[in-house]
Amino acid sequence: MSTTTTRDLARPAPAKASKARPRRGLRGSSTFNFWLFTSPFLIGLVIFVYVPIGWSIWLSFFEARFTVTPDKFVGFDNYRFMLDNNDFVGSLGTFTVFAAFIVPTTWALSLGLAMLVNRLRFLRAFFRSVFFLPTACSYVAASLIWKMSLFNGVRFGLANTVLGWFGVENIAWLANPDPPWYWLVILTARLWLQSGFYMILFLAALQNIPQELYEAAAIDGAKPGWQTFRHITLPQLRATSTAVILLLLVAAYQAFDEFFNLLSKTTWGRPPLVELYYTALGQNQDYGAGSAGAVMLTLLIVVVTLFQGRIMGFGRGDESK
Amino acid sequence: MTTTVPEVSKTGTSPTGPRRSRRGGVMSSTGLYIGTGIAGVLFLIPFYLLVRNALSTDPDITGENWKFFPTNIQWGNITEPFRDTTVDFGQSMVNSLVVGTLHTVGTLLVCSLAGYGLARIPYRHANKIFYAVLFTLMVPAAVTFVPSFVLVSSLGWVDSYRGLIIPGLFSGFTCFLFRQYFLGFPRELEEAARVDGLGYWGAYWRVVVPNSLNFFAAIATITFINGWNAFLWPLVIGQDPSAWTVQVALSSYMTNQTVNYHLIFMATAISILPLLFVFLFLQRWLVQGIAQTGIKG
Repeated sequence: MSTTTTRDLARPAPAKASKARPRRGLRGSSTFNFWLFTSPFLIGLVIFVYVPIGWSIWLSFFEARFTVTPDKFVGFDNYRFMLDNNDFVGSLGTFTVFAAFIVPTTWALSLGLAMLVNRLRFLRAFFRSVFFLPTACSYVAASLIWKMSLFNGVRFGLANTVLGWFGVENIAWLANPDPPWYWLVILTARLWLQSGFYMILFLAALQNIPQELYEAAAIDGAKPGWQTFRHITLPQLRATSTAVILLLLVAAYQAFDEFFNLLSKTTWGRPPLVELYYTALGQNQDYGAGSAGAVMLTLLIVVVTLFQGRIMGFGRGDESK
Repeated sequence: MTTTVPEVSKTGTSPTGPRRSRRGGVMSSTGLYIGTGIAGVLFLIPFYLLVRNALSTDPDITGENWKFFPTNIQWGNITEPFRDTTVDFGQSMVNSLVVGTLHTVGTLLVCSLAGYGLARIPYRHANKIFYAVLFTLMVPAAVTFVPSFVLVSSLGWVDSYRGLIIPGLFSGFTCFLFRQYFLGFPRELEEAARVDGLGYWGAYWRVVVPNSLNFFAAIATITFINGWNAFLWPLVIGQDPSAWTVQVALSSYMTNQTVNYHLIFMATAISILPLLFVFLFLQRWLVQGIAQTGIKG
């Protein structure tokens, strides 16, 4: 279908190109070629990215239940409704805490794994593959393994079996919000799924650190271990760390799959996207309120991203391209 | 934020230089291997549980005497998800294969062309357009799923491959990656093509693409994995079970009335198989691709 779009989209281009005095005919004109290459993508971007964003903002100011072409303008009522909605505000708060946990732990674990693998002499590729393998697993598949086997609340779950050896009673990992053991289930699943991917990033970055830095440090009497890690490895990994933390943050606020599947029948531990899913596509089909929530979530992500960028010096001095 | 500009490695040699530290004696290297080994076992346990349960009977999975190594292996379980009548698992696998493949091909085609245009073809407003692409990176796609769904349903694309595939093709991030890559592509090669009388289009297909296959393969593997594992969008679009992807089918098993343990685990194991193949045969490109692309966040 992309061929048909290309043809449709290429049509307006020649009109523009003819103005730009074609030296080598139409096909040689760079304006024509620019649009030939970029218009399929740009038209799609407008239709499937910009229009939904705009529509979302527009809907958020209207009373839009069961309809997406509303005519009743309600100002900021939808925003007020969502902010009065304790579930939604609560989930935004919960997810800020969730991000505060999962981002540093994933960062530390993936960096740790990368440093382990980087020091191996034998079986290096093997262990890299082992840690990387969970990336092949979807969040749905991991949720299933975690819920049905690893952290099954009944006695045959592996976690309960192991705890049983030490005389610990069965724990209802997911079915009981108090104490909130379900966070342990979610955090371990996400750690297992994510760490290998970011380990690859750190491995590549570790290998880019010039070995001379360590040699120079050794001559200066720095002890290998914490000192070189603190003063050479960490600073050298700064760009990668910044990128990893940014990716992890955005991913944390967009968490949906494992919560939807692990906690499908519960009212606790609902992330913002699950709330929006039930608001907009649930029984009420309240597109207005759902869109208002989406706008606020986007703003929150943008603010957190910019804030993190400020702190970590995101993109400092390397935009020279 | 591209501190490490990836080199165009046309030879395809992996950049894994043997820069291991030489310090530490036998003791510390034993400790290193013990630590790595423990971590490795922990990482593999979920996979082992998956396979173990997939090949067990239900009593062996849920029974009182849970054994880590079951004695009673049921090879017949392998075909069971395909015979199950509650969820059409075979259809969902086909859907995922079609969606994953077309998603990958389409994304690569559309985004690479745009990336090349933005990187290499002079045009007055190219910069403004590039910023318009960058802006979309700030807005996570998952957040706009409500209006996207509305849009797609008003086009009548619910429950169709079109609805599953097309809205996901226009990834600002992938376009951005291609642009950055093409900025580093050696100009001499294109100029040679120009001397031979090729236009932009001809030079792109005959010179640029054939010399960038490593990069295309890397992006393709990542795109395929993401397409295969996607859940939220297929869940929203697949209203009818015949349009479910395999992830949506797996999710429905978990909320079913009757829980058939070995069948669910077998279905999950089968759903991971295609990606395991990708991992086994394409890992070189995958690792390279992540190293090149992920860093630029």
